[in-house]
Amino acid sequence: MRLILEKRSEHSEFMTLMSPLLAIFLTVVTGAIIFALQGLNPLEALYVYFIEPVTSMWSIEEVLVKAAPLILIGAGLSICYMANVWNIGAEGQLTMGAAFGSIVPIFFTSWQSPLTLVAMLVCGAIGGAAFAAIPAFLKNRFNANEILTSLMLVYIAQLILDWLVRGPWRDPKGYNFPQSIPFEGWQLLPTLGDGRVHIGIILAIVAVIILSILMSRTLKGFEIMVIGNSPRAGRFSGFSRKKTVWFCLLLSGGLAGLAGIGEVAGPSGQLQPSISPGYGFTAIIVAFLGRLNPIGVFFAGIMLAITYIGGEGAQVVLGVSDKTAQVFQGILLFFILACDTLILYRIKLLGPVTPQQAAAE
Amino acid sequence: MDGTQAIILTIITASTPLLLAAIGELVVERSGVLNLGVEGMMVMGAVCGFATAYTTGSPTLGIFAGIMAGIGMAFIFAFMTQTLVSNQVATGLALTLLGLGLSGLIGESFVGLPGVKLVPVSIPLLSDIPFIGRILFGQDILVYASIALVIATTYVLFKTRVGLIIRAVGDNHHSAHSLGYNVIMVRYACILFGGACAGLSGAYLSLAYTPQWIENMTAGRGWIALALVVFATWLPKRLAIGAYLFGTVWIMGLYVQAQGLGIPSQFLSSLPYLVTIIALVIISGNKTLTRVNTPACIGQSFVPDR
Repeated sequence: MRLILEKRSEHSEFMTLMSPLLAIFLTVVTGAIIFALQGLNPLEALYVYFIEPVTSMWSIEEVLVKAAPLILIGAGLSICYMANVWNIGAEGQLTMGAAFGSIVPIFFTSWQSPLTLVAMLVCGAIGGAAFAAIPAFLKNRFNANEILTSLMLVYIAQLILDWLVRGPWRDPKGYNFPQSIPFEGWQLLPTLGDGRVHIGIILAIVAVIILSILMSRTLKGFEIMVIGNSPRAGRFSGFSRKKTVWFCLLLSGGLAGLAGIGEVAGPSGQLQPSISPGYGFTAIIVAFLGRLNPIGVFFAGIMLAITYIGGEGAQVVLGVSDKTAQVFQGILLFFILACDTLILYRIKLLGPVTPQQAAAE
Repeated sequence: MDGTQAIILTIITASTPLLLAAIGELVVERSGVLNLGVEGMMVMGAVCGFATAYTTGSPTLGIFAGIMAGIGMAFIFAFMTQTLVSNQVATGLALTLLGLGLSGLIGESFVGLPGVKLVPVSIPLLSDIPFIGRILFGQDILVYASIALVIATTYVLFKTRVGLIIRAVGDNHHSAHSLGYNVIMVRYACILFGGACAGLSGAYLSLAYTPQWIENMTAGRGWIALALVVFATWLPKRLAIGAYLFGTVWIMGLYVQAQGLGIPSQFLSSLPYLVTIIALVIISGNKTLTRVNTPACIGQSFVPDR
């Protein structure tokens, strides 16, 4: 048996739409097998993971709270990856966004006005963008690989935050816990209604709309697409690769920073040593599942947020490890990438080569 | 054993996992493939090595299990990128994300258990030589294996026909294909070799460096190994020097921390990552140094015409 790829004459529009759905389906099937191997009822486990999170108002709100940062970061990353700029340090940019944005409530403790919140969000975005500017500068000036530099900066960002909350920014009234003062009033994101959903999800939707207009209606979007798909064609059209690197990294860093300050001013309410369960890395999966398209990223973000909540539920109801969700996310990315092959190629299985065939070839 | 000797011994133990993982990735990249999943293969090697050694009581079986785990992970990558021609960068990232998740799941019941330590071999008489005896002749077997691996890799890559084929595939896959070499198979073999090295490196961490299982215990070493390959400009000899340089930085950070000079521990802990960035910048900025040895086809997929 041999597996042969046959190039399609043109992109398969059908597979472009189908491949993420096929990937989700294959992940669910694999999940069922994993659960069955653990001696669980696969149908019940799948229900807890993928359906239960959207059955009650309470859990839908939790899904939206988790989806907000995933969509914000994923939308930025999708544009980066479209341009072949591999920012994988969003987790670090998120962390620095959270730290920068927190400067406002920590140093101007008593400033309470709607502008406080605006200042925090702006500072958060600037912090994330500034941190993403480091790999951009090193790439353009020294040709240093942005994958490695941005990833190394994640570790550095987390250590800086750790130092801040254990050292200079520790709440003096916090019983020595490593955390900043609790934020209050206009230092927090307003919630929608009286639930837990805060306006972070609205920021995410606005970002999706703006980015999708940018990519489909503007010259900049076209430039990004050309440079990503064919650097040579991009050069001939006079598009600057360096400017694209700056643009993509600053944009995605800024959005990751916004997600970071959103976490601190939202669900967390204060700065802590760890503010994200790996949103910056999960957002990579979100970007790919969303087909590197901002609108697709929106649905992909919701989908991955569901697996986070489903994972928490499964831990309580079924006693399954919370690591299972992370494994699912990894498997999902593999299936997405594998299914994407179907857009460009037809896969053919050939039987063993008979001597006659071999002679004919 | 005096202080300096102890520091040199720890530097060797800290450098060995970097060297093991990086030498494997060097061969992979020489064949024109960029596998960003080193961290994932390494952490799987660490957990499988630890679990096997703990259950069977045999560190040798643990090492074997680590290698097999690395190969298994590498096979997924090879199938995806070579057979299904998926994007190498994205697939490597996926491998790392999967490895970190899966290792956490497998290792959950092993957290906090006392490990089985790989016993250093000590060569009689020679290891009794004052000072250098322990350093040169009293290491565990994998330290020697890593050095042997560097020498063997240099020899195979630059002095044998096999090495010529690997480099040809990495520098121009179309020409290699026209000459009748099976590009895909050569790359499969190199990727699996890289996986074996990364798995071995992981097993070294959980059996010799710190004989226990801690989640995410690779702490970015897989990524540093990737940076080392660039730093070494794809030459095994420079790779060995680089790995020991990084090991030294890593241990010096811990050492200064232990002295308590009032420098916040977080700054010292971030040193290896900072040095990695600086090293990348210095080497990448030097065009003549990088261009000579960079495999020309790195990261590009190859689909044979039919």
